[in-house]
Amino acid sequence: MTAMLSLTNLRKTFNEGTVNEVRALQGIDLEVEEGAFVQLLGMNGSGKSTLLNAVAGSFYLDAGSIRLAGVDITRQPEHRRATLIGRVFQNPFSGTAPNLSIAENFALASRRGLGRGLGWALNRRLLDDLRARVATLRMGLEDRIDNAIGSLSGGQRQALTLLMATWLKPKLLLLDEHTAALDPKSADQVIQLTEEIVSREKLTTLMVTHSMQQAVNLGGRIVMLHKGQVAHDLRGADKRRLRPEDLVDRFHEIRARELLDERAAELLRASYL
Amino acid sequence: MTLLLGALTIGLILSLLAMGVMVSFRIFSVPDITTDGSITLGAAVAATLIVAGVPPSLATLAALAAGFLAGSVTGVIHTKFKIDALLSGILVMTALYSINLRVMGKSNVPLMSSGTLATEAGALGEKLLGSARVNVFGWPVAAADLSVLFGALACAVIGALAVYFFFRTEIGTAMRATGDNPQMVRAMGANVEVYRIFGLATANGLIALSGALLAQYQGFADAQMGIGMVVWGLASVIIGEALTGGTRSLGLTLTGAIFGSVLFRLLVAIALRWGLNPNDLKLITAIFVFAALVLPGLIGKLKRRTT
Repeated sequence: MTAMLSLTNLRKTFNEGTVNEVRALQGIDLEVEEGAFVQLLGMNGSGKSTLLNAVAGSFYLDAGSIRLAGVDITRQPEHRRATLIGRVFQNPFSGTAPNLSIAENFALASRRGLGRGLGWALNRRLLDDLRARVATLRMGLEDRIDNAIGSLSGGQRQALTLLMATWLKPKLLLLDEHTAALDPKSADQVIQLTEEIVSREKLTTLMVTHSMQQAVNLGGRIVMLHKGQVAHDLRGADKRRLRPEDLVDRFHEIRARELLDERAAELLRASYL
Repeated sequence: MTLLLGALTIGLILSLLAMGVMVSFRIFSVPDITTDGSITLGAAVAATLIVAGVPPSLATLAALAAGFLAGSVTGVIHTKFKIDALLSGILVMTALYSINLRVMGKSNVPLMSSGTLATEAGALGEKLLGSARVNVFGWPVAAADLSVLFGALACAVIGALAVYFFFRTEIGTAMRATGDNPQMVRAMGANVEVYRIFGLATANGLIALSGALLAQYQGFADAQMGIGMVVWGLASVIIGEALTGGTRSLGLTLTGAIFGSVLFRLLVAIALRWGLNPNDLKLITAIFVFAALVLPGLIGKLKRRTT
């Protein structure tokens, strides 16, 4: 089976040559099969969000290449990649235009990657379709589609953003800690919705999360990043047997190895210099 | 009565300016100073062409196109060369001052002896009404003035409808979202830079159209006529928003811009009649806009302190 997404040797350094230099991605290789639901885990600064933004095209890479659905998108600008990619951001405000109505936001989503013309943004078919699909969220929003989306709660906006990102089936869905800014109840709702949509549409998905529990419960594969590299890649039976505690152990292991490295280096420096 | 008619007519003509400022300032959140240059550009292009014998309607369309071009230059400088929006506007406004003088060949082009849209509307009105004077609520009014007023009203309404319907299309909706949340628009596969350029172009097209109509109404184009017009447009937009209660609805906002422009012009006419020194007008306009921008926040703060 060929990979839907192939990342080869991705490298990115921010503010190169200054005191603020950050080597965010240091040679990431990753293949994701069609329909796979991958959880990206890592500590702060491990490069997981950077990786997602690199795939989405928020910046260009220093080195490496990205292929998605057989297309080399490495040099494509962000809005061109959007043809293939659906995104939900960590901040519920990032995914929607607050002063536009729910319906108008979806009108935008319904033309993702298709180009836009002088036809009316809103039409009867879209509105009917929209009411039906918003009703599946069970939030009662189907009666409020003319309201400005900015008047909704973070959880509602995030649920709608998820629906918008998948309105036209994307080749790849990117979820960047999309429940991190929500209260626990809304977060659960959005996670449940994510699982529903991803499994129903068989979407190839990369999801960044901080929650070990989410990582263990969702999807069939966990990729752990550390210092801009892939540290662990667990799937199949390994992933199914995994408990949150095991993940925490793995993190401790990485930390311990790192401390050991530092201590060993210190020791060597002390004895030989 | 003539004074009132004049104020209403100019208010309606300048409502196109207000709509242009609304597009750049409220939809795209860019305080676009190109306005000061493009309103003069519209007047200069229309006046020069009319004097050269071009039919007034064509000259007016040419002015609109010139404004569109000026706005897109600002847009390109801002988006492609990453220069601050305010500075981009200042650069183009400054350049336009020379360009306007070049277009006119002198600093003032009189239209007194030429046929304009205003004289055409006046003549049409006299023909339709069958007399040179008509009674309006007991006041004798020149039929020509009255029909020019209706002509200006038609221009404002057609302009508002065009803007309204445009911003309800697929492209227009995406452009509104661009001012709201560019990140989201990129994620929806739209080129934010192109929309910004097109938005500024549209705004300045409207503004130049306003300038072209103003020149034909007042009978001359002048190199200085654009000074402070962006603030004038802002004042109209702000009054309009106060009238419509700060609604988000596009239709109401546009209606508000028209009413705001007319009301503001009326207030100014009354103040001038009461003996306000015309030289102080720009100062008062600026203070008004400053107060309108600052007061809502200040009042909110005071209210919170007292409760």
